[in-house]
Amino acid sequence: MELGEVLQIIEGKVISRDVDLKQEIQMGGGADLMSDVLAFAQEGMLLMTGLTNPQVVRTAEMAGVVAIIFVRSKLPPPETIALAEEKGIPLLASRHTMFETCGRLYKAGLPASSLFEGVLKQWYETFESKKSGA
Amino acid sequence: MQPANAKEITKLQELTYELKVEAAMTRNVATISPTATMAEFREVLRANRISGTPVVENGKMVGIVSIEDLIKALAAGELNAMVGEKMTSKPATLYADEPLMQAVSKFSQLRFGRFPVINRQGELIGMITQGDIMRAMLKRLEVDYREEEIHRYRASHIFEDILADDVALVFGYRVAARDFARAGEASSGLKKTLGRLGIHPQIIRRVAVATYEAEINVVVYTDGGEIVAEVRPDRIRIEVMDKGPGIPDIEQAMQPGFSTAPDWVRELGFGAGMGLPNIKSCADEMDLKSTVGVGTHLTIIIYCDGLQKTGSGS
Ligand SMILES: Nc1ncnc2c1ncn2[C@@H]1O[C@H](COP(=O)(O)OP(=O)(O)O)[C@@H](O)[C@H]1O
Ligand SMILES: [Mg+2]
Repeated sequence: MELGEVLQIIEGKVISRDVDLKQEIQMGGGADLMSDVLAFAQEGMLLMTGLTNPQVVRTAEMAGVVAIIFVRSKLPPPETIALAEEKGIPLLASRHTMFETCGRLYKAGLPASSLFEGVLKQWYETFESKKSGA
Repeated sequence: MQPANAKEITKLQELTYELKVEAAMTRNVATISPTATMAEFREVLRANRISGTPVVENGKMVGIVSIEDLIKALAAGELNAMVGEKMTSKPATLYADEPLMQAVSKFSQLRFGRFPVINRQGELIGMITQGDIMRAMLKRLEVDYREEEIHRYRASHIFEDILADDVALVFGYRVAARDFARAGEASSGLKKTLGRLGIHPQIIRRVAVATYEAEINVVVYTDGGEIVAEVRPDRIRIEVMDKGPGIPDIEQAMQPGFSTAPDWVRELGFGAGMGLPNIKSCADEMDLKSTVGVGTHLTIIIYCDGLQKTGSGS
């Protein structure tokens, strides 16, 4: 699913600069506990969270999260936006709750981040890259 | 998944010669006796969620009975008939030690959904479907690709240009105490550096997640410290050292959920006691030593040539 579609589904706003709405999102996950994100996130994941401090962006960078949605109309402080722009991680805002934001995306077909799906995706990528590279 | 080019097709063909039927078949198949009734057969199908079974008498396979036979029996009101009367006797079979190629051509000639697999003594040892064949081949392709990929990324291109019996690159980072806004800069720097060295992204991710959790601990709990990463062709060792206060009970600190984090740390999304357990699940080896009043020394080792662990989860 493209980031632009995500934006429509959650009726959200883009809050960082230079966001590519064509960016592809593989799966989603919601958490307010950054250690959980570090434990379950996969490369290519969209993170829904209620936290807005800069460590959310750091966590995203380490865990391979490719975009962040702040739920319930919470706006991040300028440090968070600055760090996200530096790291090239798009920030979006949703006025809906965590539950509804995640629910809307899940219903629209965005798969949940899980270990199994992550492994499968890696496998497909390897396969596809071998196919086009060979 | 359609093979895109000639090379891919050849690879699949090669595999059908290389792999044996027994590598793809399912073992432990449900069977039925020829003296059972069709009604009993219906229950076997239902219980196992399958659409046919071999008919076995005294260990030897005497036939095969399928859901089509059941439907015919139902239509004719013959649910009490014996399986032996309704089954197909002398069904086409495959030998376990035949190459998969045999199976592929039998499936395309005979258009059955499944074949019983027997050994050379005629005993039934499994069943095979076209799905089983695909799965076995894909699994094998995956293993091959993985190995190639591991080789391609083996840390690293730079090492290939260095002529020495023993090579190690060392990167050091300082971590300031309680400066939460800058927490993670060391891990971020290390992550980028490893990327430039051409190390496999999965390895980098595990290093980044483990180092970041360790860095957060140094920022939150200590009077500051440093992170030293030593990168060798076969493994990365990360040492995280701080100047105290030390951990009184290491076993307790390692327990998932144990935390002494103050509220301000929890409000920032950390302090649920998952840091050290996360580090452990990312690491191939982990060693935590601490002396109260002196400091803590955490060593994390991650191998580059095995991709032993996938993802950072358990
Ligand atoms: N470097 C360290 N120095 C002193 N104490 C530490 C250090 N690292 C961890 N600890 C102690 O171990 C506990 C568990 O750490 P961790 O698993 O990272 O969870 P959390 O940081 O969420 O509490 C911490 O709450 C703290 O008491
Ligand atoms: Mg911690």
